[in-house]
Amino acid sequence: MIFKRRVGTLSVYLLLAAFAFAFLVPVAMMLFGSFKPDDQVLVQAARSGSLLPAEFGWFNYRDVFARVPFTRYLFNSAFISVCIVAGGLLVNSLAAYAFARLQWPGRDWLLLVVIALMIIPLEAIAVPLFYEVTLLGWRDTYWVQIIPFIANAFSIYLFYTFFLGLPRELEEAARIDGAGPWRIFFRIVAPNAKPVFATVAILSFLTQWGALLWPLMVTHSEAVRPLPLGIATFYSLPPLQWGDIFAFGVMMVTPVLLIFVLFQRWFVQGVATTGVKG
Amino acid sequence: MTSAGHQTVNRDARLAWLFASPALLGLSCFVLLPFVLSVILSFTNLRLGSPLPLEFMGFSQYQRIFSDQAFLAALRNNSLFALIVVPLQTALALLLALLVNQPLRGMVIFRSLFFMPVVFPLSLVAVVWIIVFAPGPQGLLNQVLETITLGAWQARDFLHDPVWALPAISLTSIWQGVGFQMVILLAALQGIAHELYEAARVDGANRWQQFVCITLPQLRNAIIFVVLVTTILAFRLFDQVQIMTQGGPNYATTTVMYEAVNSAFGSQQVARAAAMTVVFFTVVLLITLLQRAVARHERVIE
Repeated sequence: MIFKRRVGTLSVYLLLAAFAFAFLVPVAMMLFGSFKPDDQVLVQAARSGSLLPAEFGWFNYRDVFARVPFTRYLFNSAFISVCIVAGGLLVNSLAAYAFARLQWPGRDWLLLVVIALMIIPLEAIAVPLFYEVTLLGWRDTYWVQIIPFIANAFSIYLFYTFFLGLPRELEEAARIDGAGPWRIFFRIVAPNAKPVFATVAILSFLTQWGALLWPLMVTHSEAVRPLPLGIATFYSLPPLQWGDIFAFGVMMVTPVLLIFVLFQRWFVQGVATTGVKG
Repeated sequence: MTSAGHQTVNRDARLAWLFASPALLGLSCFVLLPFVLSVILSFTNLRLGSPLPLEFMGFSQYQRIFSDQAFLAALRNNSLFALIVVPLQTALALLLALLVNQPLRGMVIFRSLFFMPVVFPLSLVAVVWIIVFAPGPQGLLNQVLETITLGAWQARDFLHDPVWALPAISLTSIWQGVGFQMVILLAALQGIAHELYEAARVDGANRWQQFVCITLPQLRNAIIFVVLVTTILAFRLFDQVQIMTQGGPNYATTTVMYEAVNSAFGSQQVARAAAMTVVFFTVVLLITLLQRAVARHERVIE
């Protein structure tokens, strides 16, 4: 019996190790490749056992800073994501609170409209939205990458279901003490809803940090372009230097990986909650 | 109702509008309006910078795109991509969730590792996998396959091969996305009551019987959700194609979104692109309705 269990445990670990290998190899290839001379990235990546660089150097990282305005892209990405996340948390949670707790005419059918809007992905409206912002003269700015994405139907829905599940007693007590909806929301509801704020923040941050389609459509100057476009232009910029591209990639993903490692529990919880209501 | 009570209700209603209006305004301007515009524009001849006057064209944009080889190839590719990715990714996510759910040491590390690619931007993942798929015997995947098959594998240029390009993009997408589905399924797995398994053990059910009779039915809603999300994502496919193949070779990897973006920007044909996105939305809507129907069916059985 014990023997059988050991074999079972061992095979679970073997399977896990095999998958871990498949998940790690591309990442390791990028990391090690970023320290190799360009002509060795391809050659050495292939030869078994030589993923590690023969000679180790920071030259590719220096190249990235010399060839593209990396810090500018990084700042743009961070600024755009932070604005969308912060604005989205405020605007969408307030709306969700109005839907979950306040009495107002039109509430129920507006909620239905919001839920229906959830299934319209950006791709389905990208072209007319592009036309719209062109008419507004917003192209090639920060705002065109921020304002359209602050209000989000899915975020409202996540907040709404969470607020519905909060016990009403605390709010009732505060109301009897004479607190208005503003105070109740900021002093009582928001502090008790940290998990859903974290979920929404993480999901919208991940979407925005990786956004390629929309910035590709509406921006053309480097002053406002985010990192994903940076790597796309870098990739199409001759001469094709793989070492530089990987160095760019490593620098692009490191901030997100750090955030991921620090807030791992929240990431996993956040993703898990999206499936609960499915 | 007393007049004081009435005032509170009025004040509440005003505040509620105040609370909701920024989000509602944003959604109307940047989701609802463009969506309505999309439908309207698809019936016109709008082309940016064109000297022709704006005209109502009826269904002719739709007629045109449905007789366009590239668009038909795009629809076919999206469907094929969904057929490859949805079953493989869901099965793999389930397998990983089951493995990580074992009460053994170090599972948190494996869970994080499998989830890690989710935080990688797709554009970066695409660039990294171009190297994995590099042509010739030097390419990483070619090398691995050659080792496994003891030299029988003929090295090929995956991304420029009409047969292999789409599967290559599929593999890339699965690698990036499977962790997301794994976490959703893992949460559902951990929500299954232990009593169910104990009862099954008392009845003498083996591991496989427990999996088929308890785990799968209990995971049903989560699996439906995962399948739905993956299918919709399959129809949204854009980033990987834009970076890895640009739709080639010979339309083998073009997608609906790739064609729409090309029509809008390559040739400024906004109306044509709008028609494509309306088709795209119809597909997404049908998938969602189908999922609702399946999920509701299950509630009736319960």
